Amino acid sequence: MECAVDAQTLISISLRKIHSSRTQRGGIRLHKNLLVSYVLRNARQLYMSEKYAEIYRMQQYEEVMTVCNEIQELDPLDVSEECAEQGEECAEHAATLCGALLPVQLHAAPACAVAAAAVSSPHGEDACKEPEMSFCRNCCSEPCDFSSSSCSRTTVLDLDTHVVTTVENGCLHQDCCQGAHGHGHVQTKKRKVDFCYYAPEPEEGPDLTPCKRARSSDELPCPGSEQLDTSNISSLISMFGSGFTELVSRQADLEQSVNGHMNGQLCSKQVLASLGAWTRAIVAMHQRISASAHLGVFEKQEQQHCVLPAADRLQGHIHSSVTPVVDSVPLCNLSMW
Amino acid sequence: MRLRLIGCRAPSCPAYVTGVLAGTVSVCMTSVREGVAPFWKWTEKRGRERGGTERSGAEREGAPGASGGSSKAIHHPAASPANTSPNPAPFAPARSTYSMAGAGVGSNDVQWCFSQVKGAIDDDVAEADIISTVEFNHSGELLATGDKGGRVVIFQQEQESKTGHPQSRGEYNVYSTFQSHEPEFDYLKSLEIEEKINKIRWLPQKNAAQFLLSTNDKTIKLWKISERDKRPEGYNLKEEDGRYRDPSTVTTLRVPVFRPMDLMVEASPRRVFANAHTYHINSISVNSDYETYLSADDLRINLWHLEVTDRSFNIVDIKPANMEELTEVITAAEFHPNQCNTLVYSSSKGTIRLCDMRAAALCDKHSKLFEEPEDPSNRSFFSEIISSISDVKFSHSGRYMMTRDYLSIKIWDLNMENRPVETYQVHEYLRSKLCSLYENDCIFDKFECCWNGNDSVVMTGSYNNFFRMFERGHRRDLTLEASRESSKPRATLKPRKVCAGGKRKKDEISVDSLDFNKKILHTAWHPQDNVIAVATTNNLYIFQDKIN
Repeated sequence: MECAVDAQTLISISLRKIHSSRTQRGGIRLHKNLLVSYVLRNARQLYMSEKYAEIYRMQQYEEVMTVCNEIQELDPLDVSEECAEQGEECAEHAATLCGALLPVQLHAAPACAVAAAAVSSPHGEDACKEPEMSFCRNCCSEPCDFSSSSCSRTTVLDLDTHVVTTVENGCLHQDCCQGAHGHGHVQTKKRKVDFCYYAPEPEEGPDLTPCKRARSSDELPCPGSEQLDTSNISSLISMFGSGFTELVSRQADLEQSVNGHMNGQLCSKQVLASLGAWTRAIVAMHQRISASAHLGVFEKQEQQHCVLPAADRLQGHIHSSVTPVVDSVPLCNLSMW
Repeated sequence: MRLRLIGCRAPSCPAYVTGVLAGTVSVCMTSVREGVAPFWKWTEKRGRERGGTERSGAEREGAPGASGGSSKAIHHPAASPANTSPNPAPFAPARSTYSMAGAGVGSNDVQWCFSQVKGAIDDDVAEADIISTVEFNHSGELLATGDKGGRVVIFQQEQESKTGHPQSRGEYNVYSTFQSHEPEFDYLKSLEIEEKINKIRWLPQKNAAQFLLSTNDKTIKLWKISERDKRPEGYNLKEEDGRYRDPSTVTTLRVPVFRPMDLMVEASPRRVFANAHTYHINSISVNSDYETYLSADDLRINLWHLEVTDRSFNIVDIKPANMEELTEVITAAEFHPNQCNTLVYSSSKGTIRLCDMRAAALCDKHSKLFEEPEDPSNRSFFSEIISSISDVKFSHSGRYMMTRDYLSIKIWDLNMENRPVETYQVHEYLRSKLCSLYENDCIFDKFECCWNGNDSVVMTGSYNNFFRMFERGHRRDLTLEASRESSKPRATLKPRKVCAGGKRKKDEISVDSLDFNKKILHTAWHPQDNVIAVATTNNLYIFQDKIN
């Protein structure tokens, strides 16, 4: 029996298989992807059960986390609107705390980098949930409003009935952050992420909007009507996106930075929120495997321009979901290798 | 026996929608008018028969093969010596036991020795040469292989009297090679369709020509393989080299006569059954009425008539209304060997469903469900994968069926649904290695299995070019290897053993030194004799028992 350590490895391996199945000859194999989604589900179940066990252990630190998060949000680097929402009364307090936290995190980063490299070695340090928490909380606190103009269109073809439908995707999830944001928003998010993860991101930073994302065309279809389904599917659309390779390549960087944040226990609420995102993503993945094979995948060259944003979003998503790792459970196992 | 079909569901026609990439769905060849071979010619050529079956010319009645499977023609299941009546009853009793050439049929009584190997020798395996299916015909004289490049190669067994060694059976030599399927591109769905041959199934022989069905992911083709050893000579208007003569130079008329020529084997597609499957076809199976056959993809099973290419009947459909609720797919399907109304299909969840087509037109509701409860102590991340059935085969008698999942073979009695009557572990030592097998994709390998002629031994493949035989009555098993090293003519194969753990004895192989790239997925057993065909990645090995 594999333990929770391998659960994350399995999840990443499974996601990689699903992604590579998109490009293989002959189209997506329904049978194989269904089996892979079962492995994903099993690994997730084990992972989640472990996480929930940890959550209850960390209840006592909830208060501390809340304060830490507010500090993070009021970081001077962040100029997004969300900061303003947090309330100015916390600004000063947050700033001092941030200053106090920073050195600690930076300190821990190198030590954890090595441990992060080893996929299945447990490391006894806590991953700092702060950045993820703060980001997540930011996302959560944001009003879920998106301009429909930023939604993209998906043209889908049902393999059986040969009916083509065009769906305007607006992604939305109340407690999970982002829908389709304009690039401006993405920019601010990037900066926040930069701070949070201490990882110098070159051209684009990881987009911290987890799960739901409108994906332009070409990808898996939206069975359409329900908002929930749309968001589930679009999360998988992100995962299936050609930007997946970006995710794989960036994983190491993100890992190290994430693992660098050692201090911090989670706020249980935020953990649950990110867990919820993770859960939904995996469940949706399971469902999506069938739907995608059913509906076919279009390979179009025009979609290349969407690669980078999708990658960002996906990275951000995975990241936020990584948060609940505590104590002995190594975070680094999210490595895609 | 004629089957009455109630209701039908024609395959959906593609609808073209503006805005989507304009293009036509690839059009397959339409069927060609079928030639008629004189029936008398069949008798003349096929006077010789293997296995001691007596066939008199008087039995050859009925319409010449004007149709591929006219019900008026008399059906003679080729490998059934017990059936001497011209019209075998629809529910014929189980086949009688055969007299096997050679010693006892037990796997331990039989000494397997190398006979031949076909294919390239070098280790660099071309993708197109990977063998994807192996099948003997009903008499065992022909052996067909399909590969990933869409080609079919047929081998024919030489007659015993011609071989130098009086005690060995005839060798299999290449009889015909043809390109069955080409890669296609479905523009409407933007999908490439692989040309890999997924399955080949022979039709029983009714005249001089041989017929087989071959399928790739989307299209099934009926091929006619015929011999030509005479050609007409003496045309009036044409010279021998084909040039036309000036009519004014023709002074006398003569009747063209047939003169012998070098044997030429032609393969021509007679029917193309296309556009009926949305998902990937994994099985085809010819019905015992020899008029219909089924094709199964991941979610649906269609019933075809061999004569009709533009219409098929959907008899099983497990596609859920909402695809997101999909939990299992169909992995294999087969018709019962004797009862033309019965079929079984296996699922990725490890269940087998038996359907009776007399009950309803749509057989979604099964008549029997064969399922063994899962052992909770063996639960792991990969339980769903290793319980997925990769192959299901009826025994020749029709009383039992065999299923192959990743680690074991199970033999089911059709009368008992709650558990199999026999279970054989093929490579249980892999259970602890499932994680790494998942990483390198080996856990998704679909092994096939086969019965021997009298249903006493079952055989399946494994890794490291090993294949295993399980003798049912005596509960004995045998592991053999198909390798070039043991490929001396008539060299006896040495039994192999895999050491699961602990101290490795001499001649044993440890689990860690198994080569998982060398896998035997496809095996076939001659319907009457102890001759087996085992396909490694790109080579075909033929082994037979030692005749004393």
